[in-house]
Amino acid sequence: MEKIEFNYPEAKRLITKRAHVGVVGSGDMEVLLEPNREEGAQVFITTSVNGFGDAWKAVFDRFFSKFDGAVRIDINDAGATPGSVLLRLEQAVEVIEQ
Amino acid sequence: MNAPTLIPDFVNRKSFIELDARARAQSLFDESTSKELVGPFDRIESPWLAKQGIAPQSDDGCIVIKGKIGGLSAVAIAFEGAFQGGSVGEVSGAKMTAALDLATEDSEAGKPTAAILLLETGGVRLQEANLGLAAVAEIISSALALRPHAPVITIVAGTVGCFGGMSLVAGLSSYTIMTREARLGLNGPEVIEQESGIDEFDASDRALIWAIHGGEQRVGMGLADVLVEDDAGKIAAAVRDCVHKGVPEKHRSEQVELYRARIAALDTSSQIDLATLRRQWADPQGGVR
Repeated sequence: MEKIEFNYPEAKRLITKRAHVGVVGSGDMEVLLEPNREEGAQVFITTSVNGFGDAWKAVFDRFFSKFDGAVRIDINDAGATPGSVLLRLEQAVEVIEQ
Repeated sequence: MNAPTLIPDFVNRKSFIELDARARAQSLFDESTSKELVGPFDRIESPWLAKQGIAPQSDDGCIVIKGKIGGLSAVAIAFEGAFQGGSVGEVSGAKMTAALDLATEDSEAGKPTAAILLLETGGVRLQEANLGLAAVAEIISSALALRPHAPVITIVAGTVGCFGGMSLVAGLSSYTIMTREARLGLNGPEVIEQESGIDEFDASDRALIWAIHGGEQRVGMGLADVLVEDDAGKIAAAVRDCVHKGVPEKHRSEQVELYRARIAALDTSSQIDLATLRRQWADPQGGVR
């Protein structure tokens, strides 16, 4: 198991809602997305698969190139692929912005 | 062209099995009466999984939702089959026990509160061993405390099924609702094969598994009460019926003598035929009340 953290200080838009999507099942993950108490956005990942820090970084760089909300994201991951990760993140954004 | 539309019903139905545990539980309640207790943002996770290199889940795979069903007070407790096989750990077990105890407290105070248990579970979470076993014991004693006051209704929809310690909980509930896809049994097929050999039970024989553990056979034998299609609307309607029926006159698990006599009367000299067993067991004074 590995814990990974990222910070995106540029993401400053105020968010008021929160979202919980996904399940920590094989090849899937859960996302908790909520307004951040600190400046900018923060990501905290707990994954059962070690050694994919660069892949996570690439996914979140891409996600925060479009999304600018000041959110705290917590992820519990059971081996989701980068594609599934992006889809789960987009699903969470859909929940807070609907 | 004016071709008649031949779209079968199952195309338009809303599958219950395809919903996750939270959506399943929510789908049972009257509109905008439900609220989740100890939800994912409360972050009550298992403290034991991370120590063993397993990612935890923020609700520990147990979802508790309170609200009204058919206008009556109810609490739904759902196990998420996709997370660690819906297993019962220290936290998920404590959530279920506490929810049942609160329902008992409310019921005793004059507000009968039915409990609906959505069980997709293999039983105790092996990573939490004794704590899981203790949790099952507590759940059983809490369910027994509630059932004289308000119905305890179990739903096994599939596809995980309900096995191990939690099958005991299903066994002592007031009503059990199953789909044809669901399975219910104390020992799962793999466990029986592993312990007693492939001659006893071939766990790769799906027809055999469903002929014994499947919803149709369980309801046919009177060991479960209602067989429903995999349809969220129909399952919610079946739950409403059970809530309105209230506490049964006699619970299945109270009919010890009846089941003892039935088991004693089984002829084990030859392989028991499932259809015959169903005919013999499903009499009106049997498990079906």
